[in-house]
Amino acid sequence: MTISREDVVRVADLAHLELSPGEIDTYRSQLDEILRYIDKLNQLDLTNVEPMAQGISRAPVGEDGARESHPELRDDVAQRCAVADAVLAQATDAAKPFFRVPKVIDR
Amino acid sequence: MSAPTGTATPWTVASVRQSLGSKKISARELASEFYRRIEERNPELNAYLTLSPERAYEQADRIDAALAKGEALPALAGVPIAVKDVISTAGVRTTCGSKILETYIPPYDATAVERLERAGAVILGKTNCDEFAMGSSNENSAYAAVRNPVATDRVPGGSSGGSAAAVAAGLAVAALGTDTGGSIRQPGSFCGIPALMPTYGRVSRYGLIAFASSLDKIGPFTANIADAAAVIGVIAGHDPRDSTSAAVPVEDYLQEIERPAKGLRVGVPEDYFAEGLDTEVNEKVQAGIALLERLGCTRIPLRMPHTDYAIAAYYIIATAEASSNLARYDGVRYGLRVPGSTLIDMYRKTRERGFGPEVKRRIMLGTYVLSAGYYEAYYLRAQKVRSLIARDFTDAFQKVDVIVTPTAPTPAFRLGEKSSDPLQMYLADIYTVTGSLAGVPGISVPCGKTKAGLPVGMQIFGPHFREGSLLRLSRAFENAGGFAT
Repeated sequence: MTISREDVVRVADLAHLELSPGEIDTYRSQLDEILRYIDKLNQLDLTNVEPMAQGISRAPVGEDGARESHPELRDDVAQRCAVADAVLAQATDAAKPFFRVPKVIDR
Repeated sequence: MSAPTGTATPWTVASVRQSLGSKKISARELASEFYRRIEERNPELNAYLTLSPERAYEQADRIDAALAKGEALPALAGVPIAVKDVISTAGVRTTCGSKILETYIPPYDATAVERLERAGAVILGKTNCDEFAMGSSNENSAYAAVRNPVATDRVPGGSSGGSAAAVAAGLAVAALGTDTGGSIRQPGSFCGIPALMPTYGRVSRYGLIAFASSLDKIGPFTANIADAAAVIGVIAGHDPRDSTSAAVPVEDYLQEIERPAKGLRVGVPEDYFAEGLDTEVNEKVQAGIALLERLGCTRIPLRMPHTDYAIAAYYIIATAEASSNLARYDGVRYGLRVPGSTLIDMYRKTRERGFGPEVKRRIMLGTYVLSAGYYEAYYLRAQKVRSLIARDFTDAFQKVDVIVTPTAPTPAFRLGEKSSDPLQMYLADIYTVTGSLAGVPGISVPCGKTKAGLPVGMQIFGPHFREGSLLRLSRAFENAGGFAT
């Protein structure tokens, strides 16, 4: 068994998911099966292999010549965007310019 | 196209243009005809979740007014198009197939949608999909499954099942889908239509609601290759609003498809024709490759040794990115909010009620592989394997111009057949996730039907930003009768 019931509860907590006892058991056995399958990656020798984090390999940003290798990037200057009303209109509870949520700090 | 289930006559970009130009039909009448078809067929297929007739007729009237004035028409003038419901449309509900966004109305358009409309397209509505594009059968939609128009007891594929079904059933001339691990190509294969996943960065992701940001791509479903070339030509290109969008010139796809396929070197990786491949699918794809040889292409056997590790790497990377991207659904800013006694309690209750089982499963897996103590064992390892898979492609493209494989190991399966076994469902993506990880473009083209009449798709991969080669080969294949049953 690669993943325990306690692991599932801990991960659900990290992910802010409230799982029922039935869901915990189902996910435990399904994640266990998936993780066992994923273990096949351990068959590969990955010494000296660089990780690939992006959609396609590209030169890293921020080094000399970054502008040349990333002509698509604009200057890092803040721009105004006038969508506050439209955005707040989507919230269940908003009081411009804020989103309202249950009280976090008690005085 | 005379499918047993009564598929309507297919319109194409070219026939729309011709009919509008000759005044045989107005853009408004055409939109109305499509809404009539949708009304008739959608209750059975469930391909559309939301229709946008107001917006569609407004655009159609603009096209008709331009026609009346004798103005030159843009590339997709009057062409009725459907948009997958993970792509933002200003003022038109966008649910991602999820209860958590049941009432969400985006304040802006995705760049791809904006470009389609600027080119004259008429947006009919939003299509059903697996929740947050997570699935291979469309059965994970919170708004019920889509049925395959070719065989309605079968799935249309996923996650862009609604878009594929809409085009295959003649309920749209073209549709936008999204592909993260196969979600354009596999439904294209299952529904028997061309389906193009462009290179990562070729089409702006601005306004695409994120699933896995290093893998997500927008691309078209169409009735033929010329239409695929027309649509991708409109939506491709650099967008300053997406920092991963590439500043690489866009090829002239309509010109590319006129070039013969003769001389192209076609790589055939034996790793894609191994255990688990359906016999009839294998036969059809082999026949497709033989046809390419008759068209003057050279067949070159290949090995792509890391293919077998792609599913494992993909399901770590995609779920890790998803767990992070979906953290934003907490009831605060948009979508569903379930009241709670504390802020955290509100998050938990909202997410519990708003997300379906597959989305929760992937958030759980993604959170697990990124959690303390497991990051290196899973996530970092998967990223390294991703490098090896990308290298398989780079090495192959030293020797060949394109790579040809089956799109999926089987034809469309039955509704409910795999929905209780997540791992079996994931394994159905085995031939598509490789290209997704490498960021290369891939297309699925119909290459015949099984004895039971189910479509089979042949997948063609090309080097980064060489969509033109894929379309060129696909067009030659289509012309040579490769699409016939």
